[in-house]
Amino acid sequence: MDEPVIETHALTKRYGRGRPAVDGLGLVVPRGSVFGFLGPNGSGKTTTIRMLMGLIEPTSGVARVLGEPMPRAGQRVLPRVGALIEGPALYGFLSGRDNLVRLDSADPAADPRTRAARVGEALDRVGLANAAAKKARAYSLGMKQRLGLAAALLQPRELLVLDEPTNGLDPQGMREIRTLVRDLAAGGTTVFLSSHLLDEIEQVCTHVAVMSRGRLLTQGTVAGLASSVRGRLSVTTPDTAEAVRVLKEHGVNDLVVTDDRVTGELPAGELADLNAALVRADVRVRAFGAQRASLEDAFVALTGEGFDVAG
Amino acid sequence: MSQADVLPIRPGRPNPLWRLSLFRNETVTVFRRWRTLALLGVLAAVPVLVGIAVKLETGRGGGDGGGGGPAFINQVTNNGLFLVFTSLAVTLPFFLPMAVGVVAGDSVAGEASAGTLRYLLVAPAGRTRLLLAKYASTLVFCLAATLVVAVSALTVGALLFPLGDVTLISGTTVSFGDGLLRALAIAGLVAASLTGLAALGLFVSTLTDSGIAAMATTVGLLITVQILDQFPQLHAVQPYLFPHYWQSFADLLRDPVWGEQLLRNLGLQALYVAVFGSAAWARFTTRDVTA
Repeated sequence: MDEPVIETHALTKRYGRGRPAVDGLGLVVPRGSVFGFLGPNGSGKTTTIRMLMGLIEPTSGVARVLGEPMPRAGQRVLPRVGALIEGPALYGFLSGRDNLVRLDSADPAADPRTRAARVGEALDRVGLANAAAKKARAYSLGMKQRLGLAAALLQPRELLVLDEPTNGLDPQGMREIRTLVRDLAAGGTTVFLSSHLLDEIEQVCTHVAVMSRGRLLTQGTVAGLASSVRGRLSVTTPDTAEAVRVLKEHGVNDLVVTDDRVTGELPAGELADLNAALVRADVRVRAFGAQRASLEDAFVALTGEGFDVAG
Repeated sequence: MSQADVLPIRPGRPNPLWRLSLFRNETVTVFRRWRTLALLGVLAAVPVLVGIAVKLETGRGGGDGGGGGPAFINQVTNNGLFLVFTSLAVTLPFFLPMAVGVVAGDSVAGEASAGTLRYLLVAPAGRTRLLLAKYASTLVFCLAATLVVAVSALTVGALLFPLGDVTLISGTTVSFGDGLLRALAIAGLVAASLTGLAALGLFVSTLTDSGIAAMATTVGLLITVQILDQFPQLHAVQPYLFPHYWQSFADLLRDPVWGEQLLRNLGLQALYVAVFGSAAWARFTTRDVTA
């Protein structure tokens, strides 16, 4: 196997005396993956990204990006990395195009002779070509986000680090970003995408790491993580009370009723027998089956709490 | 999309000259800020006001003028070139350094408060290179601001007053061309007088994430130091205050030129640049960028 694109060992960042913002992180991002970095707001995602990009010094531990130590090798590594960190930040008094020209000028590995062409191409790619001459001050949040993405695409990159890339976008914009991420991944770019939106990760990512309160809970493939959590039995019926009684008799635990749906732990035996038992007891069954575990189930199983609880 | 398909090709090695792009872009960006243009506009207006005031005064037949007021102001009616020296003498204590303090103070802190600093750093600008580009563009602003005052003064002087041979402080008379050259040298010297303050402002700018706070602190320091420079009781420390020798530029209008104070001024500025430049570097290359 290739060397991982991002690899950290016991990476820790502590501000002041309190609980570390990131605590003993050991992250491995394989080359070519679309890696979802998942966690509620305040779980240490952005702090981790800042350490990977050399903006802040780790308190202890090691971070390697593209095989080289960060922040020491930043000047060699970062030209090969495109990044969108904690939302876009623009020069309001410059046009969208001049914002990109400025950031490209800051890259010592960027050829000034191809600058105008690359800036134009990046603007095209995020759908901002028509607004390129407009002052960035007049951009909507979605347009700013797109311009931030365009800055990450000024050069062909080996790694894209996108921190909450769909923040502030409308559903159409979100879809476009997801398509863009898939295109880039298909072209061989590794994408490291942080998000607090489960379905976003589930839709585009091949791999996922879950953070909570500065610690890494788990990492692996999305499919692997979801299958590590057992699915649930789901019965849709108007006769929920009777269904609960029958299911309990047959040893199904953790029964939950929501509207016309009864769910419970998946039993070990043959499901068809259970269905037959329900029908024999005159329970009118509309739908019956095992529900595949979602990433959300996996997350709840890992943290023991709802997803929206901030660390 | 075709671009991404050919990853990770990066043709050739980067040319070392490409590194200068940041300085070029930084300088252009400084002068595209509305605020910079407003500062330069104020500086350009000072000679206009001084010129008109002198013109009105002589128009009323004020004659010898009584000897008060800023340096060289009595010679302005005889020779418009002296408006350049007067205007620089008038703007050097506060207007010019205040403008420099605003630009230098905002240089790093302004990027931090706008959040653009993190994008410059991951571009990657390189912290030392970014700091050098920021300082160099501030120096360009020092020179530009001084030249704006000088050119505005020369224009107003030529429009309102006669031009001609220049009588120096030491009494000798030199040609107008020689006088113009001395004016240019004085503008250079005034710009160089501002380099110490520019370094101080840059250092302050690396300490905070608020552009406004950095600007206010730098200008506040300038005013404090200018006031301290007036107290006779403090004369033991005054030779180390950065504005102490600022008015020495007048020594260029002597024949022969008195070099001692001029050199002290330049030496003092170099000391400030070295001390606060190193401090800014030490701070900026080690700090966490969390804004």
